[in-house]
Amino acid sequence: MAQAFTKEMARNIFYGGTVFFFLLFLALTFDTHLALPDRDRRELLDPETDLGQQIALGKKVWEDNNCVGCHSLLGEGAYFAPELGNVYTRYNNSTDGIIGFIKSRPKDGIPGRRSMPQFNLSDEELEGVAQFLKYASQIDAAGWPPNIEG
Amino acid sequence: MTLKYPSQAVATPYFIAAIGLFVAQILFGLIIGLQYVVGDFLFPEIPFNVARMVHTNTLIVWLLMGFMGAAYYLIPEEAETDLHMPWLATLMFWVFLVAAALTVLGYLLVPYATLAEMTGNDLFPTMGREFLEQPTITKIGIVIVALAFIYNIGMTVLKGRKTVVSLVLLVGLVGLAVFFLFSFFNPLNLVQDKFWWWWTIHLWVEGVWELILGAILAFVLIKVTGVDREIVEKWLYVIIAMALITGLIGTGHHYYWIGAPEYWQWWGSVFSALEPIPFFMMAVFAFNMVNRRRRNHPNKAATLWALGCAVMAFLGAGVWGFLHTLSPVNYYTHGTQITAAHGHMAFYGAYVMINLAIISYAMPILRGREANGEKAQVLEMWSFWLMTVSMVFITLFLTAAGILQVYLQRYSDNPQSFMVVQDKIELFYWMRFFAGVVFLGGLVAYIWSFFVPGEKTAAQMAPVGQAGEGGSAVTPGV
Ligand code: HEM
Ligand code: HEM
Ligand SMILES: [Fe+2]
Repeated sequence: MAQAFTKEMARNIFYGGTVFFFLLFLALTFDTHLALPDRDRRELLDPETDLGQQIALGKKVWEDNNCVGCHSLLGEGAYFAPELGNVYTRYNNSTDGIIGFIKSRPKDGIPGRRSMPQFNLSDEELEGVAQFLKYASQIDAAGWPPNIEG
Repeated sequence: MTLKYPSQAVATPYFIAAIGLFVAQILFGLIIGLQYVVGDFLFPEIPFNVARMVHTNTLIVWLLMGFMGAAYYLIPEEAETDLHMPWLATLMFWVFLVAAALTVLGYLLVPYATLAEMTGNDLFPTMGREFLEQPTITKIGIVIVALAFIYNIGMTVLKGRKTVVSLVLLVGLVGLAVFFLFSFFNPLNLVQDKFWWWWTIHLWVEGVWELILGAILAFVLIKVTGVDREIVEKWLYVIIAMALITGLIGTGHHYYWIGAPEYWQWWGSVFSALEPIPFFMMAVFAFNMVNRRRRNHPNKAATLWALGCAVMAFLGAGVWGFLHTLSPVNYYTHGTQITAAHGHMAFYGAYVMINLAIISYAMPILRGREANGEKAQVLEMWSFWLMTVSMVFITLFLTAAGILQVYLQRYSDNPQSFMVVQDKIELFYWMRFFAGVVFLGGLVAYIWSFFVPGEKTAAQMAPVGQAGEGGSAVTPGV
């Protein structure tokens, strides 16, 4: 590098650039949080309602069983099993379809093939996780995924 | 040859444990790689999600162990003073190791839901999110270890010489600790959950960890090339400036499809498209320094790791990252094997290799010699090529699988279902698995190289710092 460009100048670019772009990032983050209420379906999450409580239980079931260790949700997670952000629509807008699938997984798997474990969830937990996935499908994800297969 | 500062020796157990966990990581990688094609392998004893958790969590923990070992080794040398509290570093090593071991045992011995219940996840739910699967108490343990570590390193820097390398390392480490705190934030609102999750994940690997990477790389290059510090430090500042200028807003490449506003498709695409720049500069920097070297360090293997790291980080993070970072492309590739291909080469090139570079440089010295003997180094360089080439193949096979997956499932006129497509691309998963076996072979060779008895080479007996250009017959491993 040319002599005219000194270490002090490089240092100042680092500090100045970092501070500037971090503040810009914070501003965008702030603006995003102002825009989210119109996109993230937070009205469904009201803890005063049955649905809100079901979704909260559903998220807990989702996390406590590490579903994201095999599946993706809105494209994030693992890639071993299908995307679930749109599973509700893929199952013809049916939470019963989702519940039936989770419930019917064989305890010892399927010979030679990938299989989902049997989690022995209660009826309440099954309803919760299905409602949680329905909620996920209603988030405005800018038109993703490209098609129903996820 | 003895250590300049005796307290540097606390780094040894960190490096050894890091390599031990690396072995566990790869064994579990092979398990999940096999489960991709033999679906019922180890089912239901070790389901895929459990083995995957072990694979990714041991990765993160061993990289952190390596960073800590690196800091404990290089900070006293940079600060020209002994570590503030060596006993604290040793104590924290055991705390960290035991916490990691208990956590992995917890994953393997009880169902995850039981582990969540046992560790009181209901009181403070943080579990069950990718990479952050650790029980909340483990996370608290990590914070305590990190604070004690930063205190120790910080005090050492304060009382000694303050170099740019230490300063950048310290800023990176503080950033690492601060952004980890977002792992405790787990709102019910899924969009917010995802939004803030990336403040740990992305701002680590494409933010503050790049500072750590840059600082360690600069340290190793100063040592093996003898190039003037002023030049190295100027490069380092420019590299990390570009890393944060592009990488902070580059976080937007994860905000395209999770419910955040559409403008992130612009911000994310533009800034993350510039993220390869710091990685490119790192590669240029590394070759430049080695070409301008003022001494021929006898540790050829360490030089090879340092150069390899810069190149592979550019390929994995820069090239493979750019491949899928523009939003119109990411629309199709999001959450596919393309993502996995990139994740593997980027983590390997940037963070595995920088750890192996500093371990390669420091371990011989910690064991009382400037460099290993010729035979040990040749074996280590074999392990470099075996691991690196097999990782290139893993990446290529996953990329092929990903392209087919995207086409068959998301792009063609008759999109097919996920599981149907998985069956069709099975061949590539088999090839990935075999490349993984070769990777394990490379890792075995690497560990073996530690046990090859050393014979003294001429270069080794030359006093440090006196072997100038042409002063020894040893050429750097390029
Ligand atoms: C023997 C070699 C390896 C094999 C067979 C292997 C296999 C796998 C598999 C099957 C997955 C899960 C993909 C999914 O979610 O469906 C995975 C994830 C992952 N592995 Fe490996 N792996 C290997 C080596 C490595 C190495 C050396 C690294 C780090 C440098 C690594 C880092 C990761 C990361 C970061 C993930 C998460 C990826 C993501 O979420 O996109 N793996 N690996
Ligand atoms: C050393 C640096 C990097 C590492 C270790 C790394 C690692 C990873 C990993 C593990 C993931 C998967 C996360 C998940 O499981 O959801 C990921 C995703 C991603 N990375 Fe990187 N990355 C690095 C740098 C970069 C750079 C420089 C770019 C852009 C030029 C980039 C672009 C992306 C994109 C676009 C995704 C999202 C993929 C998707 O939509 O599924 N990465 N990265
Ligand atoms: Fe990223």
